[in-house]
Amino acid sequence: MARQVRSWPVVVAFIAAIALEVLPLPDFLQPIRPPLAVMVLIYWAMMWPERFGLITAFTVGICLDILHGQLLGQNAFTLCVVTYLTLRFHLQIRIFPLWQLTVTIFALLTVNAFLELIIEGIAGLPSAGLARWSRVLSGTLFWPLLLGVMDRLRMQVEHRESTFT
Amino acid sequence: MTLTTVERKTGHFRSASPGFRLLLLSILSITLMVMDHHNQHLINVRTTLAVLLHPVEILVSAPFDISHNISESLATRSELTANNRRLNQEALVQNARLQRMAALEAENARLRALLDSTTKVGDNIIIAEIVSVDMNPYRNMILINKGGQDGAYVGQALIDANGIVGQITRDRLYSAEAMLVTDVDHALPIELARNRLRTIAVGTGELNRLSLPFLPSNADVREGDLLISSGLGGTFPSGYPVGVIRQINSTTGQAFLEIDAEPAAALNRIREVLLISPREQGGAADNNKQQIKAGINAITDTKAEETTTEEVTNKNQPAAEAATENATSTSEEAF
Repeated sequence: MARQVRSWPVVVAFIAAIALEVLPLPDFLQPIRPPLAVMVLIYWAMMWPERFGLITAFTVGICLDILHGQLLGQNAFTLCVVTYLTLRFHLQIRIFPLWQLTVTIFALLTVNAFLELIIEGIAGLPSAGLARWSRVLSGTLFWPLLLGVMDRLRMQVEHRESTFT
Repeated sequence: MTLTTVERKTGHFRSASPGFRLLLLSILSITLMVMDHHNQHLINVRTTLAVLLHPVEILVSAPFDISHNISESLATRSELTANNRRLNQEALVQNARLQRMAALEAENARLRALLDSTTKVGDNIIIAEIVSVDMNPYRNMILINKGGQDGAYVGQALIDANGIVGQITRDRLYSAEAMLVTDVDHALPIELARNRLRTIAVGTGELNRLSLPFLPSNADVREGDLLISSGLGGTFPSGYPVGVIRQINSTTGQAFLEIDAEPAAALNRIREVLLISPREQGGAADNNKQQIKAGINAITDTKAEETTTEEVTNKNQPAAEAATENATSTSEEAF
């Protein structure tokens, strides 16, 4: 029987990311709020794909849908697709240098935004306009910082658990 | 699914391939979206999940509530006295206005009795605070701290001290989502206070702008006209201020005016809102229901007895018409 790896710090990170998505910001900061939940999801799907995968993506997505009052399943769907792409290429992405990784994140966030656009188009919901794409940009710029924070968290988890290589 | 795997494999859903699981979850989420979009099948699921996620909302809004409380408790004595003086003066002015209000209300009721129409009744009010949580960033929505538990219901109108704010769109039991009047999906039946010209105010997505797209180019509107709710449609009570016309553009050759209005309520600064609901007047409501029922019966009777003589239909029809008319007028004026 393998020792169970404690993943609650990561779960806390996910909850924090979800909470930050609904944290009230002044109006001028609204359009550049980075999409933290999807970014944290990409990080952990890339670094710990055995534990955080599609089910996590679906759960986080449903939480976001409820909190944002959006169509139920909208974020769940986009996050699942983005996480799938991350899982599919996680071995390549993981060893990218920072700038290449950032470009990859930009691509993934664009896919996410594009899927949102398609869903809103089909459902006939009012579209976000430019704010959607400015969030992609701010997310990309925010990525190195998030990477640092999440790496530190991962180190902690690793140090605590010797089974983690 | 076994747990006897090596090291980091924790055995969750490992049996299926990622592609297959993506397919399953996509189908699931698309089903959810379709069900949620077309009708309210998922209302219970949504409410349950929202209640489960309520702690996150409390967590997020806690710092703002705390800082508000601290700034309240740290207010200096002079500030408090100044505030107190101002509020006292305001109360005095409002009370002076209310003195005439009572007389006017009585007069109004008497005149309405003379006209044989129903009396307007007062509204019930619940005070709710806005939870400091950002909803969908692309929509004009707010979250308030009163839900189904406190008597709020979907479709209930929200006002602040200056005018109509919006309406509740989703009940979360302990909180509720509300759509502001400026949301792009929102339309509000209004009339001009000056000449009772009826139209509809549509949201634009900007917090400080409403649009009136349905007035013909020869309509009697002026900049500065006050818009009040007309009460048609039954969601909003009539007579509350909605906004003020700010700009009128008429393009030659266009059939309709482009009119911008500024919402009366301070939509980007509100902290507290009032939920208003029409006060139930047991007897009157029952009477209305009976009248409506009588009307419907009369209509069905006439339809059933189409083969009978014309005299019967002639007798029944005016009654049915009168009853339905009565029903519509009461639903308009119940507020």
